[in-house]
Amino acid sequence: MNDTPRRPWLWTTVFAIIAVAYLYPIYLVVINSFKGKVFISSEPFSLPNAETFVGWENYIRGIELTDFLWSFVWSLVITLGSAFVILLFTSMAAWWIVRMDNRYAKSLYVTFIFNLVVPFQMVMFTLSWLADYLGLTTPWGLWVIYLGFGAGLAVFIFTGFVKGIPYEIEEAATIDGCGPVRTFFLVVMPIMKPAVVTVAILEVMWLWNDYLLPYLTLDLKSYKTIPIAVQYLRGGYGSIDIGAMMGVLVLAMIPVIVFYLFSQKQIIRGVVAGAVKG
Amino acid sequence: MKKSLRRWGWLFTGPVLAAFMIGFIVPFVLGVYLSFTEFRTVTKAEWVGFDNYIKMWGDDVFLHSLWYTAAFAIVTTILINVLAFIVAYLLVKTFRGKNIFRSVFFMPNLIGGIVLGYIWLLLLNGILGFWARSITYDESYGFWGMVILMCWQQIGYMMVIYIAGLQSVPTELLEAAEVDGANKRRTLFSVTIPLVMPAITVCTFLTITNGFKMFDQNLALTNGAPSRLSELLALNIFNTFYGRPGFEGVGQAKAVVFLIIVAGIALFQNWYARSKETAA
Repeated sequence: MNDTPRRPWLWTTVFAIIAVAYLYPIYLVVINSFKGKVFISSEPFSLPNAETFVGWENYIRGIELTDFLWSFVWSLVITLGSAFVILLFTSMAAWWIVRMDNRYAKSLYVTFIFNLVVPFQMVMFTLSWLADYLGLTTPWGLWVIYLGFGAGLAVFIFTGFVKGIPYEIEEAATIDGCGPVRTFFLVVMPIMKPAVVTVAILEVMWLWNDYLLPYLTLDLKSYKTIPIAVQYLRGGYGSIDIGAMMGVLVLAMIPVIVFYLFSQKQIIRGVVAGAVKG
Repeated sequence: MKKSLRRWGWLFTGPVLAAFMIGFIVPFVLGVYLSFTEFRTVTKAEWVGFDNYIKMWGDDVFLHSLWYTAAFAIVTTILINVLAFIVAYLLVKTFRGKNIFRSVFFMPNLIGGIVLGYIWLLLLNGILGFWARSITYDESYGFWGMVILMCWQQIGYMMVIYIAGLQSVPTELLEAAEVDGANKRRTLFSVTIPLVMPAITVCTFLTITNGFKMFDQNLALTNGAPSRLSELLALNIFNTFYGRPGFEGVGQAKAVVFLIIVAGIALFQNWYARSKETAA
């Protein structure tokens, strides 16, 4: 499938143009983030000039209005904590389900698969009530909720993976005197690493960007995530402080782009592996 | 082994099961029950049978959002898959910079829906500004705005899956087709596409369910304006819950219907994919 076309430089040129056009929306936000409020809507496409340039003003106001630094911290705490509990507990459950294969394991598996197809709207109202009732309205409370609502995909990918691990290796560990706990953490876990990376990537992409679940369950007076902070700038009656919005949008994209630059290969591999299994 | 494994079951499945109860099973069961009641708060509910389900079909905004969402999901599924396939087909060829182009096309996927929505709000309103209009001027503006946004976001994701599918096509088969005298077009439709069928199944499944479930981008880009005409199903349900006191039960009934639609698509896709696989 990897043939060289007749005029490779022509292909490079054409795709370079498409790629530049593809990045244009991001470029537009960046240049507008340095313009005064009134100029953003009146002349959105021009570069900032002496009249329209305001320096870091939009960024400073955006950070102040949204308490952006704290949102970043809470987004990080929620994403990393939730991803960690999801990876740890669903991999344990998936391995146990596959190796045990009794009626309890099977019904658990079926429920997880069912969880995979249920849209969030189905549990939206009752889940936010229950989270409130149980006091799970903190970032660490969300770890529990995300583990509960987001476990389906992880269990699905992990069980698919465990089925491909030869049982003999674990048997050897058992003969050497390992119990299930040590077998899992010392023998199975290292083998599962590629699946763990896949699941980690898919979950992090979802958790970091999720808006509705934290919006409905978190105690918003004390904690906001980045998507919630961005949405808060819209304010009542649809009015937006568009200058601050531009600054915050750029700030919201920076961590994502940095993360992407550092783990591009794993991300793309993770998406492919997730798609084949899913 | 099994015996000691059974003894440790509480450790391996306990935490997930407990969280699963809180995060999924209890809210789900409660949600189904509440769809048959009239309620303001979860604890005060009065059984009304199928009333909510009947009321729902008299709600014009809901009926509009139902077909609006279906149209949106169909249009985006076709556009995204065709474009993603073309891009993938061209990007498996060897020329300078193809890896950079792949990275560029994938990148929007990592930016969340809310942020994407506001990025495109700026761009689309900027363009429409030349005609003194905005994205919320007409429901069709919002529709095509969201279609463009969705394409921009998802083409790269589907492209990655298609590239993986295309790379797994054995070169011997393509060479054999060439030896047999098939032209490029014939090879594409008779050899390549049937062989990447699994990737097509996965991608159409993802795009159609994403289309039905879309919420964040809708909220940021149009928030349903003008007069709730650009409201997709997910946003319609949200607004029924949190914008219309006394209609919580109706909202829950809509959510049940929504679940049936999404799960129905998933089951149909699964069945269809399997029937294709046995035929091949």
